[in-house]
Amino acid sequence: MAKFAKKKDGDLPAVSTASLPDIVFMLLFFFMTVTTMKDSSLLVENTLPNATEIKKLEKKDRVIYIYIGKPTQEYAKVFGTEPKIQLNDKFANVDEVGSYILAERAKKPPELQNVLTTALKVDKNANMGLIADIKQELRKVNALKVNYTTYDGDAFNNLK
Amino acid sequence: MPRRKGAPEVNAGSMADIAFLLLIFFLVTTTIETDAGLDRMLPPMEPPDEDVIIKQKNIFTVNINKNGQLLVEDDLMDLKDLRTAAIGFLENGADGSCNYCKGKKDPASSDNPSKAIISLKNDRDTKYSIYITVQNELVGAYNELRNREAQRLYNRDFTEMESEYLNPETASNVRDELKDKVKNIQDMFPQKLSEAETSTN
Repeated sequence: MAKFAKKKDGDLPAVSTASLPDIVFMLLFFFMTVTTMKDSSLLVENTLPNATEIKKLEKKDRVIYIYIGKPTQEYAKVFGTEPKIQLNDKFANVDEVGSYILAERAKKPPELQNVLTTALKVDKNANMGLIADIKQELRKVNALKVNYTTYDGDAFNNLK
Repeated sequence: MPRRKGAPEVNAGSMADIAFLLLIFFLVTTTIETDAGLDRMLPPMEPPDEDVIIKQKNIFTVNINKNGQLLVEDDLMDLKDLRTAAIGFLENGADGSCNYCKGKKDPASSDNPSKAIISLKNDRDTKYSIYITVQNELVGAYNELRNREAQRLYNRDFTEMESEYLNPETASNVRDELKDKVKNIQDMFPQKLSEAETSTN
C-alpha cells in the first residue's frame, strides 16, 4: 500500500494565490469606474450646509461649479479672511463671474448650452451679500438654473 | 538539437503586484463627490412687460435679518415653525376653488395655491447656513403638500416620483408615464418662491 502513503502530519498545503490577481482586478475596476478626477483643488474653505429637500445633480457635464468661502490658511495671509470666490483654480472677483460662465458655456457642446446648471458650493459661514452679487451676475448672463450644493442632513444642524 | 516546446510560459506571479499598484493609485485619487442640493431658478433680468397686481394677502413674506432671526408676515417666528406656517398659507384656499386644500379658508390669507407666492428677503449680512435652512423649510413645505396629494392620487411620494422621472437611467416609457403625474402634482401646488434683492441695512 505504498501508493497511499500517509502524508506527514503538520505541513499545511499552501493556499493558492492564483486567484489573487482576479480579486484585485475586480477591486481595481470598481474604483476605476467610480473615480472622478478632481479638476480643481480647493483654495477656499468649503464646509457645505445640510439640507433635506435635496435633488441630485445628474450628468456632470452639464454643471458649472463656483466655490465660495474663506481662503484656506495658507492663502489667508495674502487674501485675507473675507469670503472669496474661486473659479477653476484661482480666486476671482464678482465681476469675473459672468465672463467665466460665458466661457464655460462656450466650451460645452451646443446642444447642452441651454440646459446648464450652475452649482454654487458655498461655505456655510459665508454671508448672503456675496451670494446676492453672484446671483445678480448670473442673471445678467442668463444662467438662471442654480443649485445650492449641500450635504444630506438635518437642516437645523446648520444653526449650531 | 533539442526540440523546442513552444514559447515558454510567462510568469504571471507579478500580475497581482501590478494590479495592486493601479488599485492604490485609483484609491488615492478617488473622490466620491457630494453633488446634490437645492435646485432654484433665478428670475430673468428683464421685468415682465406689464405690471402684475398681486394682492397683499396672497404674498407670504419671510424676512431674515443679519442675526438670523425670522420675520414672517410681520411677526417674529422661530425657524422650527416656518414649515407649518408656510403649509397653512399655501393651502389656505380662501376663495374655495381649491377642492384638495385642507386649509382654514381664512379670508385674510391666500386665495388659492396657484396664486400664493412666498417672498423671501434677506440681509447682506445673513449667514448662508441660515438662508439654506429657510430655503430648505420652504421647499419642504411645498414637498410635503405635493407628497400628500401624490399619495392620495397615485399612492406614492411626489419626491420619489420626481427623482425617478429625472433619473436618466429610467426607461423612457416609465418616464413618459411619470411626466404627466409629476406635472399634474406640480400644477396643484406650483412653486412660487420669489427672492427679492437683498437689502443693505
